[in-house]
Amino acid sequence: MLSIVKYIGQALVYAAIMASLGFLATSPAYQHFPPDHAMIKLTFAHGGKHITDCVRTSREDLKDLAPNMRKQVRCSRDRVAITVQLEIDGKAVYDHTLQPAGLRNDGPSQVYEGFPVTAGKHVLSMRLRDTKRTDGGFDYETTAEVELSPKQLFVIQFRPEFGGFYFN
Amino acid sequence: MTFLQAPIRAFFAILESALDRIFGAKFNPLYHLGALGFFMYWVVAVTGIYIYIFFDTGITEAYDSVEYMTHDQWYLAGVMRSFHRYASDAMVLFMVIHIFREFAMDRYRGARWFTWVTGTPVMILIFASGITGYWLVWDELAQFIAVRSAEWLDWLPIFGTAIAANFLTPDALDDRFFTLMIFIHIAAPLILLFILWIHLQRVSNAVTNPPRALAVGMMVAMLVLSLVKPAVSHGPADLGTVVSVLDLDWFYLGMYPLLDYWSSGTVWATLGVLLLILLLLPWLPPMRRAAPALVTLDQCNGCTRCQADCPYAAITMVPRTDGLKFDLQAEVNPDKCVSCGICAGACPTATPFRRRADLVAGIDLPDSSIADLRDRIHAAADLLGGKTRILVMSCQHAARTDDLVGPEATAVKVPCIGAIPPSFIDYMLSEGLADGVMLSGCSEGECYNRFGGHWTKARLEGTRDPNLRKRVPRERIGTFWGNKMQGGGLRREIERFAGSLADLPKPPLPDRSGPPPAPSRSKEASDA
Repeated sequence: MLSIVKYIGQALVYAAIMASLGFLATSPAYQHFPPDHAMIKLTFAHGGKHITDCVRTSREDLKDLAPNMRKQVRCSRDRVAITVQLEIDGKAVYDHTLQPAGLRNDGPSQVYEGFPVTAGKHVLSMRLRDTKRTDGGFDYETTAEVELSPKQLFVIQFRPEFGGFYFN
Repeated sequence: MTFLQAPIRAFFAILESALDRIFGAKFNPLYHLGALGFFMYWVVAVTGIYIYIFFDTGITEAYDSVEYMTHDQWYLAGVMRSFHRYASDAMVLFMVIHIFREFAMDRYRGARWFTWVTGTPVMILIFASGITGYWLVWDELAQFIAVRSAEWLDWLPIFGTAIAANFLTPDALDDRFFTLMIFIHIAAPLILLFILWIHLQRVSNAVTNPPRALAVGMMVAMLVLSLVKPAVSHGPADLGTVVSVLDLDWFYLGMYPLLDYWSSGTVWATLGVLLLILLLLPWLPPMRRAAPALVTLDQCNGCTRCQADCPYAAITMVPRTDGLKFDLQAEVNPDKCVSCGICAGACPTATPFRRRADLVAGIDLPDSSIADLRDRIHAAADLLGGKTRILVMSCQHAARTDDLVGPEATAVKVPCIGAIPPSFIDYMLSEGLADGVMLSGCSEGECYNRFGGHWTKARLEGTRDPNLRKRVPRERIGTFWGNKMQGGGLRREIERFAGSLADLPKPPLPDRSGPPPAPSRSKEASDA
């Protein structure tokens, strides 16, 4: 093969390798999320109440224990599963009972779920039960109307010390 | 696996032939995939060190520092950044082709399992290095990778609280995150280098640098790419939003879209199964291995040639155990031996001129011994009777010679072209068994057993022991280097060779009135 043809061939091979690198390094573009949507994320970790009622320990019970073991209130380790519901514009999108984490069921129950919605106004209703109650009611309930902009990440979190559900 | 290997091998054979014509065998990129991968590693390392000088490990500073490099100092740091990215991508590209090629050529089973299996963590670490690099820019792409990776990892029941919760709000992150990512991004390539060292432990004379011309060509081409299409960032990360359209680097991030369509568990399971298949491939099914090379101590003079020529570091020289006057003896590690026979080709005692009825070499293949080779050569020579008689010594991995039987030319197959001791060529010609000897090996630069062709050429040229004796007429030796698909090319070369032989005067017939004197051992060694 003539030298000049070889060199042209080599240039073409290098060009092909670099073209594949240059193209696949950024293309084809990938749409991860619709640009006219917003994302509602329901995410928190919360421990349910203890499965049995805590009992106050007497002085008699404590006196034989080492000082660092003398807890005034003694609780069982196991916690109840929590029930979480989320409605968006009156439609239930999430209704789950979440088991506590840990081998002894003594960790917090966790939720991490995303719900894409069209941007605009939405009514959110959130409910959570973290006790042993059996009447079907909930310990925390919040309803709010929110206006979401395109691509907004709207985070629903929960902390009892903040009064229950709150938004980020 | 043949049904999978055959079409890929055919594809590579066509590509090899084309690139051989363009680059020549010495610079064919397909023959240097591993070395090119290594070269790209060093390019990534050097450019990474330069970029790190300007990189700032802070939530907002990280993005700003990368933007400074890309736009304000585009002529140096920007180019370095582009080299860093494209060389990383090239590493994946060469690695993937390397994997397919080794699979197609059936160079991953038997004694080669170790190199294949240790290649798997190499692959994982390359991806880990690349993905963590994308996090550091802390742009929208980094945000996407961070959130998706965290959600994917959270599926594993080993984390107390969700990692993904760290990426929900802008104030959830602090600068320590970048310190951690930098640590991983530097540690992973260092571990990778260590694993690469292990990867090559069973490969002797491993070539980790591509030919200079090829390296220069790649660098020039990459410089052009870096100037034409510099690596740039997306918009800055904003944890208060969800990223929408992304220019993904499909070399490293091709898995991420799967997480949008499949559950994390399904992606874990899919990757786990693929990884498991990759790891177990050498045993699916296990290779039927030929018996490893065997050392016959009373024939071994400890010359070390077999050790020097073994492509798989399967031979070591150990102190003599049989009381003979030599210091060393060869010892074969059967786990590493692929039974290529290159050791027998290098052994000075593997000469067919020996008069011993039972021809035994110092090191030899039990399933394809040199005594057997001598018998097969005689049998093939008996079939010859044409105007020009050519014995074709053919590597079983090179151009097909299955139907090459006839009075003009007959083929004798060997496990590797390097398994033919040069004395056999002398023997075939000086004994009048053929008018010419054609050696047919794998494509130049792409020997199935790494060095068979290379050593053979050096032996013919007299630059590597054992040399072909000077008395052997070189014009009666032909060579053809080609892959299995190049049987037609071999036949054309044989025709051309036959034509050139026909123009030569007939060699004098050997004197068969009596047996030649049996050479002494030292004489054999110098003859060989």
